[in-house]
Amino acid sequence: MPTQYLQLNDLTKTFGDQIAIDSLTLGVERGTVLALLGPSGSGKTTTLRLLAGFERPDSGEILVDGRDVTKMSPAQRRFGMVFQHYALFPHLTVGENIAFGLSERSTEQQKQRVAEVLAMVDLEGFAQREVTALSGGQQQRVAVARALAPEPRVLLLDEPLSNLDPGLRERTRRELRQALSQTHVTTVFVTHEQEEAFALGDCVAVINNGALEQVGTARELYEHPETRFVATFVGRASVLSGTLVASDRVRVGTGIEWPCETHGEVSAGAAVAAIVRPEAFRFTDGVGVVGTVVERRYTGARAFFLVEANGATLEVEAPVTAAQMGDQVHVTATATRVYPEGS
Amino acid sequence: MSKGRPTGWLLALILTWIVVYPIALVMVDSARGDAGWTTQYLTAFLTDSHEWGALWNSIWLSFASVVLAGIIGIPLAFVFERFEFPGRRILGALVALPAVLPPLVGVIAFMFLYGETGFVGRAVAALLGTQQAPWRLRGWGAILLVHAYSMYVYFYLFTRAGLAKVDSSMIEAAHSLGHSGRSTLLKVTLPLLRPQIGAAALLTFMTALGSFSAPYIFGGGFRVMTTQIVTSKLNGDIHASVVETAALAAIAFVGLVLFRRSQGTRSVAAVGKGTPPTARSLVQPLARWSAAAVGWMFAVILLLPHVTLLLVSFVPVGTWTTQILPPDYTLGNYQALAAEPERLRPLVNSVWMAAVATVAALAIALWAGRLIVQKQVVLRKPIETLTTLPWAVPGTVLAIALATTFSVNAPWVGRWVLVGTLAILPLAYMVRNIPIVSGSVLAGFRQLDPSLDEAAASLGASRWRIVVRVTMPLLRPALLAGGALAFATALGDFVTSVVLYTFDTRPVSIEILSALREFDIGVAAAYGVVLMLISAAAMVVGTRR
Repeated sequence: MPTQYLQLNDLTKTFGDQIAIDSLTLGVERGTVLALLGPSGSGKTTTLRLLAGFERPDSGEILVDGRDVTKMSPAQRRFGMVFQHYALFPHLTVGENIAFGLSERSTEQQKQRVAEVLAMVDLEGFAQREVTALSGGQQQRVAVARALAPEPRVLLLDEPLSNLDPGLRERTRRELRQALSQTHVTTVFVTHEQEEAFALGDCVAVINNGALEQVGTARELYEHPETRFVATFVGRASVLSGTLVASDRVRVGTGIEWPCETHGEVSAGAAVAAIVRPEAFRFTDGVGVVGTVVERRYTGARAFFLVEANGATLEVEAPVTAAQMGDQVHVTATATRVYPEGS
Repeated sequence: MSKGRPTGWLLALILTWIVVYPIALVMVDSARGDAGWTTQYLTAFLTDSHEWGALWNSIWLSFASVVLAGIIGIPLAFVFERFEFPGRRILGALVALPAVLPPLVGVIAFMFLYGETGFVGRAVAALLGTQQAPWRLRGWGAILLVHAYSMYVYFYLFTRAGLAKVDSSMIEAAHSLGHSGRSTLLKVTLPLLRPQIGAAALLTFMTALGSFSAPYIFGGGFRVMTTQIVTSKLNGDIHASVVETAALAAIAFVGLVLFRRSQGTRSVAAVGKGTPPTARSLVQPLARWSAAAVGWMFAVILLLPHVTLLLVSFVPVGTWTTQILPPDYTLGNYQALAAEPERLRPLVNSVWMAAVATVAALAIALWAGRLIVQKQVVLRKPIETLTTLPWAVPGTVLAIALATTFSVNAPWVGRWVLVGTLAILPLAYMVRNIPIVSGSVLAGFRQLDPSLDEAAASLGASRWRIVVRVTMPLLRPALLAGGALAFATALGDFVTSVVLYTFDTRPVSIEILSALREFDIGVAAAYGVVLMLISAAAMVVGTRR
């Protein structure tokens, strides 16, 4: 892989005997936005803190534009950081907060830059306000403006929208997207919500247990998940255990075989996990896995049905009228992905 | 709640009567003579250069105490909060030790330690081969030394509490915006600590302004307002003492307003929540061990007065003459305390008076707390102010005010003769205790979930049952902490006692003083040790969770 603008090479970080990051290698192209997506405890925040310089890696290196910054202090790196709880200085005004990273510029230049970035986040004329008097969404925008003001080489955001009301989140996300594309700053942000990762990130890196699972666009992750974790974590999916009978057939019950696409080291006869998207399931008349409908969730003309079958819970997308609660149904799949069992 | 209104009035009335009324009477009396209104005493005060000198001394000494205590306490708080080194936990607790030493006991411990005939004085004299130590523990230097020793604790405790609340992402934000450690400290950390440092400065200023024991014992020719007041009073010059009291009260009030204003109006409550920074382990062996060495050295200096007191308490009367360390030791002083009724009496007096005062103050604090947290109570703001007010009144001022108010029998204006009775000292202690316990109890009340009361009421509990079964158990830590601090303060009180005591109600502090006058240093020290132990025991009970 050619070296990207921001390159993480083989980063490892342990806390005590707990491995937080396990030889992580990742690149971000100049001017693009990378989302680090993973469940809580996956190591994504640690990765961000390693990038910011608040933590030092045990091994590995971080390169910016081909130059090693691993040993630099946070102040020397010239990275901007937006904290989860914003970390606005309560004793300073909005303008003073934003000018905090501009101490090397003249007062006049500072004033001009503060006005510029405030305009960028749509908060013109807010420089004299107290930060404590702002709403949550406004605080978030001030935090972004403060991080962008010194024209950072890389912008880092820690769960940028997690502190906002759901109603405000979508609007703020659009505004954030706009501010990022205006500045063309190389950005890395951390989130545990895939919707946020897909909406803001040009590219999404899925992290689990301190290791990189897959990097790609939203479409790539959804349609071609390389690991079982990505297949189940990104988008909805049901898991059934089965046996691989041929390179493109998986048996999930007596006499029930479905078409499949294999990933990883599996050969015929191996025990596998079959992953099925809700839209790949069909209700049939007497063919396939037998189960009972235990839940029906409406989403307009179509509905999601939860079907209990042999200890597995299958999520099936079908027309609303396809089944009733408590019905005995047969389910078959038109497409599955199989991964080695236990992977 | 309609029942809240009348009780609000009653409590406000009681607090006004015991706190505001006496001070107002002193103010009025300062401008009244036997023949009505007069400015003669005020003029006498204003034209007397001694009085001016004492007033000025009180003011600059208080400011100097603030600066000195801050210089010691603030860096110490940073060291203990931010660095991890061997012995950090136990040292961190020891450092707060001067808080349990009653002021007078601390002063005599300093005398035995650093005085001309103290351990350090004798050791240095022996080292230099001279007859006497090359210094005298007298005047403003000695007073400042004692103030710095006892008052840095405020800065230390407040700054540590503040540091523990500083959001670590604030500091990281400053670093990532290109600021160095030093610049972050000056521009972010210290400004964030301003409320705590301001509160510590105010507390130190007030304590130093009202400080009496140190100037009384070490002052010599160096006069301050508190000693002037007591001297005038003991000399029977009532008018002079009343005018001086009014002047000191005015200075205290001005100080209160100035410090409050300098704390600023801008709220520095953190935006959003955050995690406090964890203590950084010092990995460099040199840094680790030098931090530990500084910590331990400091602890030894802090412990020396306590150890000194303990040592002197075993010295038989008249045996310690020219030696560096006392030659003979005995348990006789303690036996005398226990066996001789006249020696035991002051101890019993102090304990029962402090206990009564503490219980009474707790009752008032509970009452006030219950009213203050209820939004419907009309007088909640005035009641809160009244409970904190005695804190801004120097002990001497309060003592003179109570002595003035309760030496006249005029029941229709709320004045009875209490001076000379058993009641006056417990009353004085209680008034001084009210802010201490109210602060703690009110903080406890504010943490209570108000729906607990409502839940108990909806389960059919009466008001009394709610207080006894729900409120009190939940407030237990706050009640114990406030009560213990109040009890320890009252037990060691000297400043109000010296004005108000009678022979029958004389407390330990007065007895220590008379033992010193008879050069019975062993007994004086033994009293000091007993006070220290009871205070420490009370604090242990009070801070147990």
